[in-house]
Amino acid sequence: MTLSTALPTPAGPGAAEALRVEGLHKSFDRLRVLRGIDLSVAEHEVVCLIGASGSGKSTLLRCINLLEPIDAGRVWIEGVEITAPGVDVDRVRRRIGIVFQAFNLFPHMSVLRNVTLAPRKVLGLPRENAEARASELLERFGLAEKRDEYPDRLSGGQQQRAAIVRALAMHPDLLLLDEITSALDPELVAEVLDVIRELAAEGMTMVIATHEMAFARDVADRVCFIDEGVILEQGPPAELLARPREPRTQRFLQRIVSAGRL
Amino acid sequence: MSGVADSTPGDLLLGSRGSRLFGRVQRGGVLLATASTVVVFGAIGYLIVTAPGWAKVQKAFFNADVFAASFPDIARALLVNVRIFVLAETLILVLALGLAVMRSLPGPVFFPFRLMAVAYIDFFRGVPGVLVIFLLALGIPGLRLQGVSSDAFLWGVIALVLVWSAYVAEVYRAGIEAIHPSQEAAARSLGLSRVQALRFVVLPQAVRRVIPPLLNDFIGLQKDTALISFVGVIEVFRRTQIEAGGAFNFTPYLVCALFFLAVTIPLARLVDFLAARDRRRQLAGTRAR
Repeated sequence: MTLSTALPTPAGPGAAEALRVEGLHKSFDRLRVLRGIDLSVAEHEVVCLIGASGSGKSTLLRCINLLEPIDAGRVWIEGVEITAPGVDVDRVRRRIGIVFQAFNLFPHMSVLRNVTLAPRKVLGLPRENAEARASELLERFGLAEKRDEYPDRLSGGQQQRAAIVRALAMHPDLLLLDEITSALDPELVAEVLDVIRELAAEGMTMVIATHEMAFARDVADRVCFIDEGVILEQGPPAELLARPREPRTQRFLQRIVSAGRL
Repeated sequence: MSGVADSTPGDLLLGSRGSRLFGRVQRGGVLLATASTVVVFGAIGYLIVTAPGWAKVQKAFFNADVFAASFPDIARALLVNVRIFVLAETLILVLALGLAVMRSLPGPVFFPFRLMAVAYIDFFRGVPGVLVIFLLALGIPGLRLQGVSSDAFLWGVIALVLVWSAYVAEVYRAGIEAIHPSQEAAARSLGLSRVQALRFVVLPQAVRRVIPPLLNDFIGLQKDTALISFVGVIEVFRRTQIEAGGAFNFTPYLVCALFFLAVTIPLARLVDFLAARDRRRQLAGTRAR
């Protein structure tokens, strides 16, 4: 372990660190999206990222699993630096699951093949094993009957649950959720959030970008408010959502409250 | 929108919104369309048969005896074109896919490969196919290299493959670029390598999307097989010239044209059908969401 001790691990000393981000910077052309993100997530911890659209939540998640090349900073997964030169990025990514706002299921494959593609091609699992494991997961998340359907035959909520199953099939150490209910009709949001609650209860380590404040309060161990590319304020949800210290956090939450989302 | 989603292949000829072969024809309009067709084609026909030179043209181009006599030989010669077509098309589909993938490789490391692909495509799209056929089929045997075939058929096919791969590569590339980057992101996030993402996620969707334009290029290639006649291969067009010369009559050209149409028109209708089906699917997909 080559960890610096500059950041305290929020879950207290002794808890293993699942993710550590230090000084992360990311720009798109001249737009500076992330301006020095420091974040540490303990194993089994659930961290929710809140903040206005465009504050950098999604970019942060995409940088953590290196889908976006980062400009500066370092990232560790389970104590191993993945931003070090010579690291096999493909090997890193299979340990980090990500679920996208727009599901991004593969439209030309059945649900079952969506779920088994990576276990078979990346982990080299024999087809029967991969399918057995996938069927188990699909059953658990209420998608057993949909396994042979194509994604466009599923409702938005079912598609998003299928995408979650696809990520879980790789047994990730860490799950990143990028506003996974933002593209859903309101009546379909609950079925997806219930799945996440269940995963949190099982101890899955998760970093969740979300606009659902009630959900964040409910499921998160810690909430981080991201503003202008930095984590401006963080703390337990009951504290941060009820009594934010920073004026900008207060203004953001006021807007959320007046929009009826908290 | 239900009219589009519910249309069947039969609607192609009746002119639903999906296809405009005969324009949009409503139920009561069929009669009018028929009447209009009879009048227009009748007028054109009348103009032709009352032309001063019609009697001579009829003898030279529409001679039933010559038609019947040349038909079997020309039909046999068409098989040569079918062979050229099938052989060339198979190779084109493979080579063009390679070129398209080469041109789509991202990052500075692959710059020379992109450069090569672009140079190839620019060159062979810019040079007339018949020139390439001449250069290869006459030039390479002229070198008298040992172990190198001097078969005009072979070099003609290779020339067609080189030229048409450039066109087809661009069709593939359009398909690859039409697949949203989020698909590759999803594949990579699961740990698939760049090559695996391309092979299992991007290409299968891209190829499906470009089947209609690919078939369109098949039609062009099918016609271009006649160019190989210029380097001495006796295929359908050369056989037609021989028949026409022997009979001192142009009717064999008509036979030849009919054969080409017999191949290309079904292909064209297939293109229309697949394109219409794709549109329906996309609309159905949008509505499901």
